[in-house]
Amino acid sequence: MKTSEIILKCHKIVGGYGEGEALVSNEPICFYLADPKTGIIKEKGHELEGVSLANKVLVFPSGKGSSVVQVDGLFKLKANNKAPMALIVKDVETVLVVGAVIARIPTVNKLERNPFETISNGDFVKVDADKGIVTILKKHI
Amino acid sequence: MYLTKEEEKILCGEYGEGMQRAMELLIAIGDANDASRMIPISRAHVACSGQEADLYFIELLVRGGASCSVPTSTNPIYDIDYFNKMFEIPENEAEIPQRVIECYKRIGAMLNWCCIPYISENIPLYGEHVAFSESSATPYVNSVIGARTNREAAQSALAAGVIGKTPEYGLHLPENRKGNFLVKVEATLKDEFDYSLLGYYVGKRIGYGIPVLTGLKKRPTMEEFINFCAMSNTSGAVPMFHIPGITPEARSIEEAFHGDVPEDVITVTDEELQQVNEELQTTSGEIDLVMLGCPHYTFNQIAAVANLLKGKKIHRNVAFWICTSATTWLLAKRAGYVDIIEKAGGHVVADTCIDQPCWREYRDKVGITDSPKCAYYRRFKEVMVRRLSDCVEAAIKGRLE
Repeated sequence: MKTSEIILKCHKIVGGYGEGEALVSNEPICFYLADPKTGIIKEKGHELEGVSLANKVLVFPSGKGSSVVQVDGLFKLKANNKAPMALIVKDVETVLVVGAVIARIPTVNKLERNPFETISNGDFVKVDADKGIVTILKKHI
Repeated sequence: MYLTKEEEKILCGEYGEGMQRAMELLIAIGDANDASRMIPISRAHVACSGQEADLYFIELLVRGGASCSVPTSTNPIYDIDYFNKMFEIPENEAEIPQRVIECYKRIGAMLNWCCIPYISENIPLYGEHVAFSESSATPYVNSVIGARTNREAAQSALAAGVIGKTPEYGLHLPENRKGNFLVKVEATLKDEFDYSLLGYYVGKRIGYGIPVLTGLKKRPTMEEFINFCAMSNTSGAVPMFHIPGITPEARSIEEAFHGDVPEDVITVTDEELQQVNEELQTTSGEIDLVMLGCPHYTFNQIAAVANLLKGKKIHRNVAFWICTSATTWLLAKRAGYVDIIEKAGGHVVADTCIDQPCWREYRDKVGITDSPKCAYYRRFKEVMVRRLSDCVEAAIKGRLE
């Protein structure tokens, strides 16, 4: 199997470095609706229902849910080592930023290319938020 | 983002780790929102919840020597001593909320433990820049008062209360305070319950946005505003709204939209409100408890309950609860309302939120409430959502069809 590498500039929201297998969600995510012990999304009818976020690089459009539950949800996942390794997000709002800062998860947005078209499930993604660079190792060409 | 020399010093830790952590959080938010600088705020309200993330952040700040630099009020958690006497609370369960409460005291917050601080303990004025978290608080201070706040998380509001500043973005900038949805209200709004349903419907329909409401037959009361705010910012993300001719930043429809055209137009009739109401019910028949005070009940609302319950007895199988602030509780006690409600078999409790583990006793029970928000976050099993008079009737009869 061949791999190809794509390097994209991005905008840092929360600093740090994280890498892992890509998991793409086209729907917003409420981290409170993921099981803190496994990282598996429990939200009924969500496109990722039954899929684990743990140790993935999560590509998603935005967060959702009240401030209390969203921040606490991400914090609990992190406390159990079941949080994503990094977040690549399209629309950021304050609550998501707070959750990512409190849980210390590298978070970026504004990639040079649309992440939903460039990144697929199973690609290996390195997020260097401090340098503002995302490296994508494509699984297939 | 541009930082002053003083802000740089805070960020480098010259004033201790607590202020440094608070500053880091505000800068991340500023960067995410392309803020160009920090601006001073005059007050903050923290939607603390007594949960783990809450404890983690405030302990970090307190251990690092931080304290509030502007008046900073707090959301209800629960009155631990009161509920310890009322129910058997497992020993380790109160540990986190107890530590959270102690931290807020040490950081110098106002321990008002109330989710509607903007009517009594921490009231912004028109044009003030503030950092107010909590679902009803954000839209109320923006829309009804004309103060300026973004939709904050508890931790970002706390960080702003410590530093006394917030990044300048979003609703702190006048150009972002314009309406984008026109909501034509054709429904009959009889009382504050109908405003709850209207809020719930509007939030659900528009998601994130600033609605402009037209067609209201009269000026909403304070309680009607509170309910509209709480519900629209629960079912959706509504940090602000306008009512032309009533709210202070919209003398006309044109001003509400800053001269632009709305992105979308929504019409709300009685039918939509009835449908929302039906969707909220999960059961009917016998009830085990009545839960009122989400958001916290005002003096007027407690008076209304006392008038409905005067000389009556609540059914022996029904627990009857009203949550309010310590300030309101005191005034309601002086007025004799608390005694009337207690004599009928009910309880009025201060400092407490309906979404707390102290209600575990009711986890398998059927409750009735006048609040769609309470239904959404409920700690009991099945729910009916009805106007206050029906809730009181159900309390007396022990059931409602």
